[in-house]
Amino acid sequence: MERPPAEGMSRRNFYIGAVYGMWAAIAAALGIPALVYLFFPPKARKAEEWVEIGDVTKLAPNSPVEMVFRRNRVDGWKVTSEKGTAWVVKQPDRSIVAFGPQCTHLGCAYHWEDSKNDFLCPCHSSVFGIDGRVVSGPAPRPLDRFDVKVDGNKLLLGALRRSEGHNG
Amino acid sequence: MRPIKEWLDHRTGLQTAIRQFLYEEIPASSGWHQVFGSVAIFLFLTQAFTGALLAFNYAPTPGDAYNSLRYILTELTAGRLIRGLHHWGASMMIVVVVLHMVQVFLYGAYKKPREATWMVGVVLLLLTLAYGLTGYLLPWDNRAYWGTVVTTQIAGQAPVLGPYIQRLMGGGGAVGVVTFARFYGLHVLLLPPATLLLIALHVYLVRKHGVAPQPLDDQLPKQKFYPRQVFKDTVAIFVAFAILFVMALVARVPLEQLADPTDTSYVPRPEWYFLFLFQTLKLFTGPLEVVGAVVLPGLAILTLILVPFIDRGRMIQVTRRTFAISFVLLGVIGWTGLTLAAVKSTPKEAAMEVDYSAPTDWMQLSPEEMAGVAYFREENCISCHSVGDRGNSVGPDLTRNTIHKDAAWMIQHFKRPSAMRPGSSMPPIQLSDAQLNSLAAFLLKLNPDNATALSNAPDFATEGALVYQANHCGSCHMVNGVGMKVGPPLNGLSKRQSRSWVEEHFANPQKLSPGSIMPPYKLSPKDMESLTSYLFALPE
Repeated sequence: MERPPAEGMSRRNFYIGAVYGMWAAIAAALGIPALVYLFFPPKARKAEEWVEIGDVTKLAPNSPVEMVFRRNRVDGWKVTSEKGTAWVVKQPDRSIVAFGPQCTHLGCAYHWEDSKNDFLCPCHSSVFGIDGRVVSGPAPRPLDRFDVKVDGNKLLLGALRRSEGHNG
Repeated sequence: MRPIKEWLDHRTGLQTAIRQFLYEEIPASSGWHQVFGSVAIFLFLTQAFTGALLAFNYAPTPGDAYNSLRYILTELTAGRLIRGLHHWGASMMIVVVVLHMVQVFLYGAYKKPREATWMVGVVLLLLTLAYGLTGYLLPWDNRAYWGTVVTTQIAGQAPVLGPYIQRLMGGGGAVGVVTFARFYGLHVLLLPPATLLLIALHVYLVRKHGVAPQPLDDQLPKQKFYPRQVFKDTVAIFVAFAILFVMALVARVPLEQLADPTDTSYVPRPEWYFLFLFQTLKLFTGPLEVVGAVVLPGLAILTLILVPFIDRGRMIQVTRRTFAISFVLLGVIGWTGLTLAAVKSTPKEAAMEVDYSAPTDWMQLSPEEMAGVAYFREENCISCHSVGDRGNSVGPDLTRNTIHKDAAWMIQHFKRPSAMRPGSSMPPIQLSDAQLNSLAAFLLKLNPDNATALSNAPDFATEGALVYQANHCGSCHMVNGVGMKVGPPLNGLSKRQSRSWVEEHFANPQKLSPGSIMPPYKLSPKDMESLTSYLFALPE
């Protein structure tokens, strides 16, 4: 039962091609779901909720106040209630702005310097104006802002939005 | 490329090793019947891969295990698929390992000098079962908890060793945090390296003695392992994987409610491959129980290990191994009979089960809103409207907040659609005002986040809510914070009363709770079942 060598070779090539093909299909069927599973963000469980953090009438114009509040944070399969802070400023035009509490350089907590009238980060001396813009120092972009809503006298805080661009 | 290959081979011998592995000589009779070992190794590696992926999002403590698994199933993309692959992969691995063993048994491939290969193989089968046993507990739902309670009790019955095994499993008969930690440790830390080592030893032994020949093989030229047999092994692996993948996609792996050690009504059932043992146990009662639980399985394992020494004949021609064939047939018949008997004796309650592996936002709805879900389905609103990513787009998407007016507007719109929205081609809905109220209440609650969850509400819940509304239960009772407080709130009822108590209570409230002002209710058996199931599914 000697076969001509050409036929033997083509059969051999068929075997080898099929083996590679099937293993490639298996690798794809396992690998693609694995990547999706690891890299796709989890479905958001709830729309961002608004937290009430204080009374608007107590804010004086151009005088930032650090406000502390509690909010729920979704952390994987857990929802934890945690403390948060925001620097709240009533701007001259009576609009209200709430800055995230971390310096945009390396995440240190900054504070308001009454004497100099700006925000100062103690880590690397980044300085931000009352509008959140970078005045000096290594900070790459303005302070991040929370979404803000006013309901009657109540001040409500939403999600923290990353500020865009850079200045200073 | 070539210099790199040569350099690597010179330093590591890798290429030579691969070549030796692939170009090993195998008997001419080798073929399709010898593919099962490769499939088993492939499935083991797949289990290790999917298991590691699950572990990336799983917290192995009783407090968090259930919630993290629910997170994998309901919130992570492809999470359900990965869990399905791991779950069904376990079952498939047992099937394939047993098939491998049956093939070796029928072909007498365990005979001298291959006794050790066989014995290592039996230990690998036991390890495969140990994965099933320990992995069963890890979802920490009712099924897992109660199944493991039974297992640890059985282990405790072993003569002499029983109490020690039980202590090793953590705790004197009670399944808790310690048992959980030990099962998890076994499942992910101890069993995998042990399996790897034994597989390596098993494969080494197979290579050392060569693939077992059939009688005429010494007169025929040998063939090479690669590529013909590799092709056959790969086809078998591919078919097995395709079946596994389809099962993981199609067959839903249930997740029951969180493990509840106080639930006295739960009837535990083991995984299908242990059902025959479970049924054997029923044949022995009283002092003989230990025979069914420990002695018989122990003897069976011992016999399996000693097979090469029990059968010392020289016959290896598969068609002439009458005794071996009848032995396997007998085993198959016995196993099937016991398994079928166990399946038949399993109570049918699956219809009313809540599937916790899907979003359960529907549990938060008030009865009125839940009744609205029922009308929504009855009126087939989905044939024109889309809800999230389901349904048609003839009418507007009902999850969009912008179309939501108030309830009064919606009810007028339901009655005469074109009067409220000129040009609308929606037909009027023929329901009473109270029913339209429910429908409006439900639609006002809809948003893109809960839309899929609401379509998951089981039929018994919507039907139960209809019965609840029709009998005005809400004028005295509260569900999910809605209703009056004349009677007790109904959330958490399943923790306070048994099902039969509740059903009897409907017919004669004063008999069971003297002084109650609740009037008796005569419900049809179907309504009674829906209503009770609905109330029992309410969150605490």
